[in-house]
Amino acid sequence: MSDLTKLTLKAALDGLKARDFSSEEITRAFVANIDAANPTLNAFVVQTTDKALEMARASDARLAKGEGGALEGAPLGIKDLFCTQGVQTTAGSNMLRGFVPPYESTVTSNLWADGAVMLGKLNMDEFAMGSSNETSAFGPVKNAWKSKTSNAELTPGGSSGGSASAVAGDLCLAATASDTGGSIRQPAAFTGTVGIKPTYGRASRFGMVAFASSLDQAGPITKTVEDAAILLRSMCSFDPKDATSLDIQTPDWTQSLGKSVKGLRIGVPAEYVVDGMPAEIQALWDQGIAWLKAAGCEIVPISLPHTKYALPAYYIIAPAEASSNLARYDGMRFGHRAEGTTSLTDLYETSRAEGFGKEVQRRLTIGAYVLSAGFYDAYYVRALKVRRRIAEDFDNVWDKVDAIVTPSTPSAAFALGDKQIDPLQMYLNDIFTVTANLAGLPGISVPAGLDSGGLPLGLQVIGKALDEATVFQVASALEDAAGFVAKPEKWW
Amino acid sequence: MAIDAATVRKVAHLARIKTPEDRLEPLAKELNGILAWIEQLDEVDIDGVEPMTSNVAQPMRLRDDVVTDGGKVEAVLSNAPRSADGFFVVPKVVE
Repeated sequence: MSDLTKLTLKAALDGLKARDFSSEEITRAFVANIDAANPTLNAFVVQTTDKALEMARASDARLAKGEGGALEGAPLGIKDLFCTQGVQTTAGSNMLRGFVPPYESTVTSNLWADGAVMLGKLNMDEFAMGSSNETSAFGPVKNAWKSKTSNAELTPGGSSGGSASAVAGDLCLAATASDTGGSIRQPAAFTGTVGIKPTYGRASRFGMVAFASSLDQAGPITKTVEDAAILLRSMCSFDPKDATSLDIQTPDWTQSLGKSVKGLRIGVPAEYVVDGMPAEIQALWDQGIAWLKAAGCEIVPISLPHTKYALPAYYIIAPAEASSNLARYDGMRFGHRAEGTTSLTDLYETSRAEGFGKEVQRRLTIGAYVLSAGFYDAYYVRALKVRRRIAEDFDNVWDKVDAIVTPSTPSAAFALGDKQIDPLQMYLNDIFTVTANLAGLPGISVPAGLDSGGLPLGLQVIGKALDEATVFQVASALEDAAGFVAKPEKWW
Repeated sequence: MAIDAATVRKVAHLARIKTPEDRLEPLAKELNGILAWIEQLDEVDIDGVEPMTSNVAQPMRLRDDVVTDGGKVEAVLSNAPRSADGFFVVPKVVE
């Protein structure tokens, strides 16, 4: 039999349903790949092999009776930010090392209810704060891709770097991820995979380790646009346990795939041409626009004038929310507690200094500063007002365009260690993705080409709130036109 | 609004993160770099703009004020650094 781990999620689901192979067989194939690759790629922080085989056998029993859910028998990887009952969940932090949730996140509950199989938990930047996976307490994930021009080990991006490298390296059929400023789309772009962040409120945040609650949103990283449509549908649901969950139906987005894009109006924002953007990124963007034009789209130049302020606003809002959210880690009820401290304050301060890594400490300090007396209005409130300006920029173009196309990232994957000196250099990774978080809009990254070193590059499609259907339609047209079939050469 | 070592010490305390003296200066430098970049927000005209705290337009849902869950002492304590007899055990904080 051909290698089951190379299948798309869709093909695997079809094969399982037709009983061409069993869930146990495909699960064992992935376990073998993980066992072989993980000492090098470091994508999984926990492997749940026994649980996976048990879930696979239960799926096989249901499939044998002609039963089963939308993901029946499909082995998936789960970002270590989703609480999984009885399985360690750390969000990549020493603060939560050994934390075993007594409850399940809503997103993963939905997956298990649909019959999915859990292979394990995927590495990530600590508390999702990072763009290269280098802030993880478990060490960086390595990208399954390498450049043809260098032997350097590359970042898979972040924060969902484990999810992206695992999907690219055939260590799971697909993976869950989360996106606060670009943490699904940037790693997807760096690994030749597809990643979508849905409209804020579509996927429940219950049981997701919180970073910045007004921005955090779950989504999938997959091999194809169709796989993303399938997995996203299972992940999304209305959830009374999340106060910002939207009480709406989740559509079947596979209906949007392959639909003609003729007549769709595609916005190209002038402000996304940034200083120092590599020629290859501009060329990819031009190519994407040409493909859509050839498919019958109307290309509309637009202006989103506050784009350049999105990242600085984000670096006030996200740390401010994080400083509030992460106040819960006080060493008392769960998480790391320091030994030998001399007072209550010393216990708090030492536990947090020992438990949190450098980047998390940096952001919590920024957050405390911008929320502190005397600076709250000048920084935090101003950033919230700029955020509205950014959201209004989008509101003002939706009568002229149906979707917006931009590059996903300002570069291809860079070498591990390359951007660790200056935090600002790292923050610029999210320059094209962060606007969709601030405005709550759906955004997808689709692999669309290779750079001169053979590394994947992605195009982003941003849509109106709740209009994932058009986002998927355009993404599918780009995927068809690009005919992206490149895979990383196995070096691990 | 440049940050000095004394400000970093104060803010680190607000964030309840123990920061050694020799880290204060380097942190001040890093934070100043980030804040200088953030200050470009001063260019934006925000007159009359309402702060945007959420992407969700719906009003907060209310539920009936009744007990919906409980009786899970073991689960609640299962990740405690220390516990005994159904309680969290913390270091003595009152002399």
